[in-house]
Amino acid sequence: MALAKRSFDAVVVGAGGAGLRAALQLSESGLSVAVLSKVFPTRSHTVAAQGGIGAALGNMDEDSWLWHMYDTVKGSDWLGDQDAIEFMCREAPKLVYELEHFGMPFDRNENGTVYQRPFGGHSQNFGERPVQRSCCAADRTGHAMLHTLYQRNVRAHTQFFVEWMALDLVRDSSGQVLGVTALEMETGEVMILNARATLFATGGAGRIFWSTTNAFICTGDGLGMAARAGIPLEDMEFWQFHPTGVAGAGVLITEGVRGEGGYLLNKNGERFMERYAPNLKDLASRDIVSRAMATEIKEGRGAGPHGDYLLLKLDHLGPEVIDKRLPGIREISKKFANIDPVKDPIPVVPTVHYMMGGIPANYLGEVVVPQGGNPEAVVPGFYAAGECACASVHGANRLGTNSLTDLLVFGKAAAESMIKFLKENPGRKDLPKDAAERTLSRLARLDNQKNGESVAEVATEMRRTMQSHCGVFRFPDTLAEGVKKIRGIADRASRTQIKDKSRVFNTARLEALELDNLVEVARASMVSAEARKESRGAHDRSDQYKDGDRLEYKPVHMKPLTARTIEPKVRTY
Amino acid sequence: MTDVEMNRLRWRCRRGRLENELVLERFLDAYGAQLEGERLAALKALLDYNDDDLWSLVSGRRECGDPALGEVVQLLRRC
Repeated sequence: MALAKRSFDAVVVGAGGAGLRAALQLSESGLSVAVLSKVFPTRSHTVAAQGGIGAALGNMDEDSWLWHMYDTVKGSDWLGDQDAIEFMCREAPKLVYELEHFGMPFDRNENGTVYQRPFGGHSQNFGERPVQRSCCAADRTGHAMLHTLYQRNVRAHTQFFVEWMALDLVRDSSGQVLGVTALEMETGEVMILNARATLFATGGAGRIFWSTTNAFICTGDGLGMAARAGIPLEDMEFWQFHPTGVAGAGVLITEGVRGEGGYLLNKNGERFMERYAPNLKDLASRDIVSRAMATEIKEGRGAGPHGDYLLLKLDHLGPEVIDKRLPGIREISKKFANIDPVKDPIPVVPTVHYMMGGIPANYLGEVVVPQGGNPEAVVPGFYAAGECACASVHGANRLGTNSLTDLLVFGKAAAESMIKFLKENPGRKDLPKDAAERTLSRLARLDNQKNGESVAEVATEMRRTMQSHCGVFRFPDTLAEGVKKIRGIADRASRTQIKDKSRVFNTARLEALELDNLVEVARASMVSAEARKESRGAHDRSDQYKDGDRLEYKPVHMKPLTARTIEPKVRTY
Repeated sequence: MTDVEMNRLRWRCRRGRLENELVLERFLDAYGAQLEGERLAALKALLDYNDDDLWSLVSGRRECGDPALGEVVQLLRRC
């Protein structure tokens, strides 16, 4: 069956921070750019980022990109690529000033400079003392950024395809990427969006877990498409648990609360982080705090009737500080925990928040795969940025504020690489005859499935399995069992059935297609977690606490671009 | 409301912020089947709000200036 086709210089899948930053660069350079998004761009999950953008502006205390780099490498547990980390930390201040010039409403100091707040894991002089590095707009930094970038894209005439879902990557026999197939929700029509360069900025996939801070749209669509097109995913065992999700709801309480002076208590009223991280205490890196919390709960010091959560105390800050610096926190606590933090502590648990792994990319935003003897052969025409990509700057654990830094820096870098690629490769390659075959056979299978599986039931089973077999603490036997289970679930997902076969706005079909992507991510995560027999960053195994059989997808880049290598050592905070 | 309209509405309850999604999901479960007329129009108008403004209304941080939306805002606050 021949599909309708539309052609662009560049197709960007995803309209969160990375996609919008990239699209802006591409549109302003005069290219024709299509941006696909499942939801209206300003409803992308970037909008939920509360804390800020990590950048060494030095507006509060003395600061340096080299210290930011040190904190990021240390936070990554030395699994991040030091060239990419140096690139990100050096570029970050420029990208913040760009945003400022775009009109982003940052908080200000009295002297007019951008206000920066303290945040976990950020330090001065290579870990000596905390530094205020997070450039913020109250507790709505992501919101302000997304709206600023969206407006700039409208000005630059970026073409948006809203309520479109990308389905599969189009590659030719040489492996070059030539665009995507996509479904327009309103009509149910499937189309080929042919591109001379394609960027995935599809965000994370936290919805593979039962308890997550991620919005419903975070279904790992880019990762599913990449995996189906034969591109292996990298570092998928590393999932960041945010220390402070509201118990039972998943809703996030920003780290900014602890930055402003809030701290955690166990059921005995003890400020337990003093035992685990004497120096940075509650502002230690997220994996350290999450593990400490899980330990407190496991050892019977959790609060509440079932002893399954801890308490985040901030009443001592006073209502003025809470309302001025952390206004959203009060409402969230009232709505989802039934308490007012001006009077009572918030019940919190470590909750899945961020995916460190993803589509393997280099610091230029180019997607790389192992090929022949080369572990990092560039896939022509294919780029990835933001949470869906693994650049890799986060390694085994991401520092708070570095997600916004990542999506700005690598969104722009990927766009610059695309512009260069398009200049060097003029003209348009022919689409292969079977360009849409994978998509059409998936859709036909779904429409014709008899005696199949329920999408909702398979999704529930996947989320339960990920939660119970791949949580904060991981055990060899439960991981091995988890691999078997998740493979069985993936098998069931290949036989999903939908009752509604209509075309117009068929959400049952969309959810089945999302499940295909979720399952790819879940399987990759569980298999990688079982295979990495060491504890590192966010991946904490009960059986290995020192370097064991290291699982290497590709060699870690220990050599920065210009700085000296930051040598591995034991992480203490 | 037709099935297609309901599907479209449910999809537009997908937001960037999980807080809004959880409240809207509870709202649709409680009132979705009987949604029509002014109440439906009010919900659609609220879905056009950006996530931050919608959350400000739902959480009670801000009052709604539009009397046509007031009833649905109150219902959302109780969800």
